[in-house]
Amino acid sequence: MSILVQNVSKSFGDFAALHDVSVEIPSGSLTALLGPSGGGKSTLLRVIAGLEQPDTGRVEIEGVEATALPPQRRGVGFVFQHYAAFKHMTVERNVAFGLSIRHKPKEEIRQRVQELLELVHLEQFAHRYPSQLSGGQRQRMALARALAVEPKVLLLDEPFGALDAQVRKELRAWLRRLHDQVHVTTVFVTHDQEEAMEVADEIVVMAGGEVKQIGSPDELYERPASEFVMSFLGPVTKIGGELVRPHDVEILTAGTAGARPALISRVTRLGFEVRVDLEVEGEPAWAQVTRGTADHLGLKSGDRVWVLPHKVRTSVAASVGETPPAS
Amino acid sequence: MTRWGLRGVALVYLAFLLMMPVGVILWRTFQHGFGPVTDALTTSQAVHAFRVTAIVAGFAVVLNTVFGVAAAILLVRHRFPGRRILDAVIDLPIAVSPVVVGLALILVYGRNTSVGGWLGDRGFPIIFSIPGMVIATTFVALPLVVRAVAPVLEEIGEEQEQAAATLGASTFQRFTRITLPSIRGALAYGVVLALARSLGEYGAVAVVSGRVVGQTQTVTLFVQERYQNFDQTAAYAAATALVVVAVVSLIISRFLRPRGGER
Amino acid sequence: MSPPPSSEIAAAAPPRWRTARRLPFGTTLTGGLLLIYLSVIVMIPLGAVISRSTDSGWSGFWDQVTAPTAWAALKLTVVASVIVALINLVMGTLIAWVLVRDKVPGRQVFDTVIDLPFALPTIVAGLTLLLLYGPSSPLGLDLAYARTGVVVALLFVTLPFVVRTVQPVLLELDRDMEEAAASLGASPLTVFRRIILPTIAPAMAAGTTLAFARALSEFGSTVLISGNIPLKTQVAAVNIFGQIESDNTTGAAAISTVLLVVALVVLVLLNVIQRWVARRD
Repeated sequence: MSILVQNVSKSFGDFAALHDVSVEIPSGSLTALLGPSGGGKSTLLRVIAGLEQPDTGRVEIEGVEATALPPQRRGVGFVFQHYAAFKHMTVERNVAFGLSIRHKPKEEIRQRVQELLELVHLEQFAHRYPSQLSGGQRQRMALARALAVEPKVLLLDEPFGALDAQVRKELRAWLRRLHDQVHVTTVFVTHDQEEAMEVADEIVVMAGGEVKQIGSPDELYERPASEFVMSFLGPVTKIGGELVRPHDVEILTAGTAGARPALISRVTRLGFEVRVDLEVEGEPAWAQVTRGTADHLGLKSGDRVWVLPHKVRTSVAASVGETPPAS
Repeated sequence: MTRWGLRGVALVYLAFLLMMPVGVILWRTFQHGFGPVTDALTTSQAVHAFRVTAIVAGFAVVLNTVFGVAAAILLVRHRFPGRRILDAVIDLPIAVSPVVVGLALILVYGRNTSVGGWLGDRGFPIIFSIPGMVIATTFVALPLVVRAVAPVLEEIGEEQEQAAATLGASTFQRFTRITLPSIRGALAYGVVLALARSLGEYGAVAVVSGRVVGQTQTVTLFVQERYQNFDQTAAYAAATALVVVAVVSLIISRFLRPRGGER
Repeated sequence: MSPPPSSEIAAAAPPRWRTARRLPFGTTLTGGLLLIYLSVIVMIPLGAVISRSTDSGWSGFWDQVTAPTAWAALKLTVVASVIVALINLVMGTLIAWVLVRDKVPGRQVFDTVIDLPFALPTIVAGLTLLLLYGPSSPLGLDLAYARTGVVVALLFVTLPFVVRTVQPVLLELDRDMEEAAASLGASPLTVFRRIILPTIAPAMAAGTTLAFARALSEFGSTVLISGNIPLKTQVAAVNIFGQIESDNTTGAAAISTVLLVVALVVLVLLNVIQRWVARRD
């Protein structure tokens, strides 16, 4: 285990940000802390980094007891949502910071900084100041700066949260590739389930200061431990009082066993997929079908059809917190 | 039409209240050329007054700089019991008359008091000597560095320091490499303001110095003493020197003043 | 990987895990040093003034304050400060307006010299005013040794307060609002009264309050021009100075306490104004 968090609680005044949280993060993995804002995920990350002191519980990093260590002695790299660029230093000196306070030889620092700037594609910006960079460039600089000291673990707090959608997408893919290259144990915080599913090997779902479920993206999507996890990880709709993913709702023109009668209230074409709003037994629901299916069935609003939900979760899998890691 | 009227009123007010008085003193000072001015400013009494002012202002500025940075960091970065009281006490000198400052120091550190007497017996008198003048000057210039530095500290936030911590920087390294360079503009601005205020202090120093010519006389006290002894040449010359100091520090502070909106 | 029961952890963990690091040693040390610094320089001395003022009881305090010269000095100081604050309210706002909205040639220079009263030693300010408005006035205006002279001196030293508090608010004022009001048919005067004034009013009040507090406590600039004539042109600070000189520290402390209390009330008022502004934003 690279990071071990045991029974950590942390309150800010009356607000319990973390309540008895225990998490293990395997070496070399890329883990996402996913959850709604205020769910405690950033606090957990900051507790691991030593930027917050837990009220109770302990933290271990690479087998070393770290609970009482100040951040500078934990060997973690931390990347902030708003970059935390040293504004009075050039890109080069930002990246060199951790090495220069360790009094490494000048030539070694120069080489290492050069390597890292190439890794994050900023070599031509070495002599610029952070104010002369775009948001995405600043974040890559911050990442290079964190990697420079060869941290045991890399922690990223909503690293792409302040960037616009396009840059965000690019950096996500790039972080995944970077991790495959560098292999440092990485934990990142996000509130975006798509981001977590796309980038992470393992996802820790947090809400209300507690861990709701831990598992691989597939496991969480297929076997959510609770209604909360299910609805947080993807779209859900309710048919006959049961939760179901809209793409698991089959639309039929004739009734079969288990199918329920429904009225189509609206058909919305969104490129390849088609959203079908329904009224099932007086309750609103919706289904997601492909364009081909919709055309084949000739769905239009006002039609009377039958719906057959597949993979219904009446009672969600009981494996809370017990799910083994994907690897 | 209204605009010209408003502009006219504003400019006439400034002219009569600000420009012309300063103009008159320059004119009076150099009425008979530079010779008398340099003569008046190079008498041993004048030179001594400049030296006393430099010593007193120097100590006061150093004290207030160290205190100001520490207080600003404490106020902005930490939450502790009594924080709001500290915040209020720092602004107190703004509302206290310099003469009251002088009186207050005499009541605590004067020769007839227990503290002042004890220190005086050990060859370290406070009142009617340099230490008292330093304390008085420090008092009146107290808020300037804190109030210049605190907003900038607030604005730059804590993240850069935290980032430095995760990169292995100790508390001292974070201060010298991150915090200090980030606030240097504001700090310089505060120091210039504190220096100008310290060089020009009159009321508090007039009370605690005893105004002993050639011993505890500062430049401002020199101006007043020379004027009342009908040595107008020396009074005007020293006043003009102080005007020059004030204008120079204004111009410097103008360039140093932290401007909002540049990110 | 089910976590071990928490009782096991509690048993295994050194106690420092449970006692969270609250105030680090450095903070406590710095805080303590600051407390000593402020006590030595500010709090103990001011406390001594207040305690000395009642040395001979409340009646003694009252006698000192209502002694004819002291009472006259206090009255003059308060009245002159009110007048000065009101003039500043109008002229300071006007100057701020001209600096921000009217592109006067040489604006930069004016903008810089506005701060001169902050940088210029008060005794020098008094001397320059005496030269311009004294017996040998080149303008033929002799205000020396008169109450008008006191007011002029106070106007000089308080000039920047209202200008410097109103100016930034005017700079940030949204022109769209004014244009919207004008497009709805408001005259320039109505725009000023209904749109601009409510926005800058808190800043005007704050600046005026500061100017008032400063005027109350002013000493150096009034010394030369007022002539310090008891019952006529002597302000409170000069009266205190005289009492210290004649070794009546109890009397000096009594009048100082009155000034301190008035200043304190004014500062609390300012605080209330600022809270009010903060709530509106």
